[in-house]
Amino acid sequence: MNDMTLPPPFTAGDYKSDYKPIWCPGCGDYTVLGALTKAMALLQRPPHEVAVVSGIGCSSRIPAYTNCYGFHGVHGRALAAGTGLKMARPELTVVVAGGDGDGYSIGGNHFLHACRRNVDITYLVMDNHVYGMTKGQASPTTEPDWDNKLSPGGTGVRAFHPLVIALASGANFVARAFSGDPNGTAEIIAQAIRHPGFSFVEILSPCVTFRPEQRKWRDLVHPAPVAETDDPARAARRIMTDDGFNIGVLYAGSRTQYERARVASATLDEIEAEYAL
Amino acid sequence: MSTTKPASVAGGTDRDALEPPTDNPLPPLMPQSIEELMAQALAMEREAVARYGELADMMETHNNPEVAALFRKMAGYEALHAERILADMGWVEDEPPLTGKPPSWLTAEAPETVPVEEMHYLMHPWHALQLALAAEQRAQEFFTRLAADAATDAIRRAAEEMRDEEAEHVELLQKWLAKVSPPGPDWAVDPDPPRYLD
Amino acid sequence: MPAVPTSHCACAAAAAARASSGGAGARSYSLAVAGSGGAGVMTAGTLLLDAAARAGHHGLMVRTSGPQIRGGEAAALLRLSPSPVETLDDGFQLLLAVDWLNLTRFADEIPLVKGSSLIVGDSDAGDVPEALLASGSRLVQLPLKKAAKAAGGGWVNMIALGIAGTLAGLPAEALEAALRASWRRGDDTLAPNLAALQRGITMAGEVGGERPVPLVAPPALPAPGSRWLISGNEAAGCGALRGGVRFVAAYPITPATELLESMAPALARLGGSLLQAEDELASVNMIIGASYGGVPSLTATAGPGLALMTEGIGLAVAAEVPIVVVDVMRGGPSTGIPAKSEQSDLSFAVDGLHGDAPRLVLAPTSVADCLPTTEWAVRLAEALQAPALVLSDQFMGQSRAVIDAPPPPAEPARRLFAEAPAEGAGPYKRYLDTESGVSPMARPGTPGTVYTADGLEHSERGIPSSQAADHRRQLDKRARKLDRHDYGPRWADVEGSGELAVVTFGSTTGAVREAAARAAAGGLALRVISLRLLAPLRTAELEAALEGVREVLVVELNHGGQLLRYLRSRCDLPGRPRGLHRGGPLPWRPGELAAAFAGWAAAVDPRALRHPVETAA
Repeated sequence: MNDMTLPPPFTAGDYKSDYKPIWCPGCGDYTVLGALTKAMALLQRPPHEVAVVSGIGCSSRIPAYTNCYGFHGVHGRALAAGTGLKMARPELTVVVAGGDGDGYSIGGNHFLHACRRNVDITYLVMDNHVYGMTKGQASPTTEPDWDNKLSPGGTGVRAFHPLVIALASGANFVARAFSGDPNGTAEIIAQAIRHPGFSFVEILSPCVTFRPEQRKWRDLVHPAPVAETDDPARAARRIMTDDGFNIGVLYAGSRTQYERARVASATLDEIEAEYAL
Repeated sequence: MSTTKPASVAGGTDRDALEPPTDNPLPPLMPQSIEELMAQALAMEREAVARYGELADMMETHNNPEVAALFRKMAGYEALHAERILADMGWVEDEPPLTGKPPSWLTAEAPETVPVEEMHYLMHPWHALQLALAAEQRAQEFFTRLAADAATDAIRRAAEEMRDEEAEHVELLQKWLAKVSPPGPDWAVDPDPPRYLD
Repeated sequence: MPAVPTSHCACAAAAAARASSGGAGARSYSLAVAGSGGAGVMTAGTLLLDAAARAGHHGLMVRTSGPQIRGGEAAALLRLSPSPVETLDDGFQLLLAVDWLNLTRFADEIPLVKGSSLIVGDSDAGDVPEALLASGSRLVQLPLKKAAKAAGGGWVNMIALGIAGTLAGLPAEALEAALRASWRRGDDTLAPNLAALQRGITMAGEVGGERPVPLVAPPALPAPGSRWLISGNEAAGCGALRGGVRFVAAYPITPATELLESMAPALARLGGSLLQAEDELASVNMIIGASYGGVPSLTATAGPGLALMTEGIGLAVAAEVPIVVVDVMRGGPSTGIPAKSEQSDLSFAVDGLHGDAPRLVLAPTSVADCLPTTEWAVRLAEALQAPALVLSDQFMGQSRAVIDAPPPPAEPARRLFAEAPAEGAGPYKRYLDTESGVSPMARPGTPGTVYTADGLEHSERGIPSSQAADHRRQLDKRARKLDRHDYGPRWADVEGSGELAVVTFGSTTGAVREAAARAAAGGLALRVISLRLLAPLRTAELEAALEGVREVLVVELNHGGQLLRYLRSRCDLPGRPRGLHRGGPLPWRPGELAAAFAGWAAAVDPRALRHPVETAA
């Protein structure tokens, strides 16, 4: 439904647009879209007060499939655009979404600084350990020995661990979810959005076309055996021993979110008076 | 290589940081009334309707109209079932009772929901029917378990009724499957390479 | 019947064919194979092209598809001909559709000729789309999928291959040889597909009634090894390796990724390497670093990536470090239309750097020309210690063509490396102001020539400087070294003569040439200039090539008339220069250009139609 004047209460369906996704059948992003809309329904924010900002890649197609305001920007810069939007319009709910290539490779620098800056936005990364849209190259989370055409025999470069980077850089909320559990993912996304400051959710979302072996992720994921912590040092030790398949909220901190007072306190005349002789 | 149980991704080895996982997660709560049972059944049917619709859309977008039509049909059947539950319970469409309790099923999604990851853009009707059959079988097993652990006789009978209905669906699908020939071993072979865009 | 040209030079052969037959169009055959979701039409198209090559023909294949990564609607568009093919024709003689699903997406790309095109479809594939029925083509429906099943369970694309190939005039042996050569799976799976191919070949005979005229078998098969089957991206990669490139750092982007993927294993085998960078900023700076170290280096990207690289390219200009950046142009601006072609990065390539920053910009004119022009770019970059941009595009990059084999590789490019200065000669001056503008470049690891390369303006020794004299000296040097170089005759292809000239660049060249040949056959003489070296612009040579020309028409595939504006801003063109330009994604076709040329000629010079036809230079 594209009706922007829907009355509350909002169902998950109210947050979905009429456009049919072109993701491959079997793609984890379908259920991530479902989880996102379910999370919105849990929060009951009107669709027109939510903005979904993305970069380039299969996952980054998600804004058009929602009934919210969307921004499909350039590769790797979604966090920058989302930060700008939130700074200009802090009352909106801003969700930034994309894939592992968009977010951790070309977007890596912005990722680091978004965690530092701790603006109150939520970042969802649909991680499938591959560049899907450009036909199967390694991404920063790909195993070093994964053979592919651009790096025959594998890149030989250690995989990126986004949760460690996020925590070390100052993200206020760090979680991992799995597309195979849309309801669980919806809960985590809702919690992330509610949590102040920069919330980061890495969502394992298999690519059945270029990484068909990822269908086995269903058997490898497991609930994180510990409750979330608000102690960064404890979270750090936990995340540094993580096997990559712990599902749940791993860290929910209490940093103050980035804020700039935006109440006018002078007029233009008063400011210009300083130059007058 | 990439699917064996991985060691610590970031290289840390301080095992003291993690408490051992509990082997016995708490069992899910059983429904305490017929309303709770039927509310769960309704939720299950509705999730199945939504999922079948999604799968039909997926197949249409990928130029597989035969399987798309099959999934639409299944969505239709589940919708009928959902309407029957509403009618039997005297519930108004938008206001079945929400119990606020977690569902009684053990899986991430409801038993009658076909998982998205089972899809393949080249799948044949036979595959789709297999998936639908598995979904109905899971639903049947769910109600069987509910009947066995029912708190009252009334709940047990209600669960058994649901179980028997699912059993009918199972039979229907098995008959349907018998008329559809399984695809050859090369059904998933696509000589064309993937295309890419951005 | 004119003899098949035997020259190895694609230009001369094509020109001769055009002159004698009024254009390659008179004897070419265009066909499209379309279908969706696992039908395998792309593979069928590739095999058709391969079979045509084996039968002694030339050909060009363009592939197009919907947005789905797999299973989407797809079409292979081919043009087969006795002479090299550089453009698609105005219409298709044959459309073979395995199914009709979403076929209307390709309506603009598969124009059909009323009254003469043939459509072959599957009788069990449901209703034929209205648009196809209204096209005025003849429609024949055969049981394609059933035939595949009956032939032992082979794929339907083999039936399509057999029917389409036979209707086009390709011999059964060539079709079979192409299939056998391509087969990567076991012999047991090959058998039913061979059977399906044979069945398709037979079924072509069931297409009754009038058919479009098929290809004529060439009088003799070309010598083995005399032709290549290759894509523009692959050809550019070969050219780079021939030029001496041994290091590539790059980031995947449509439609350049295949260029990189073809170079990755080749580089490793030659003792070089390819590094996948985290983004384009890293890519350009990595190749600058490698080249500073003495190794010829290259990257390949598309518009959005080129935009990110501009700062780096400026650094290469200022520090005088040779690099090659291949830009496989696609629909713009911004994310644009990633999988379609356009020629809209020209303005950016020739002007888009801050400061006064002269750089080399080259543009291959065809799939075949991607090899020598990329090689030339490497040579020029190395000789002139400057960045070279190669403006390829999606049409050339991702199309496959049968091309005349290039001549054997020559010695790779040679950079002017510095030797240690003689006793008492003073310290090494990296940026010495020489007459040519090229100063010897030290290779790290060489004693006696230590220096610091710098993006900051610098003295001849390379020390940062804000002095006016140093700035003027270095600006002059960097401009002079490009301007004074002797680029030889390859700066452009100049053909024909007459008072009217058509100027173009890149992949539009093929359509312009064919349109000009048709115009010549109709009595209109046109001079055709396809610019290969866009920067620095050879204004003296261009003005000489336009000697005697009264009016100029600039033809290009971009909305803003970028080449027209560039030429007008840099040199004096005769008369009132006009532009014929539009944005992508549909390429210019010879027929619409020929009509436009005639209209333009009539508008600017009524006497042009009376000039005698002159043969190609």
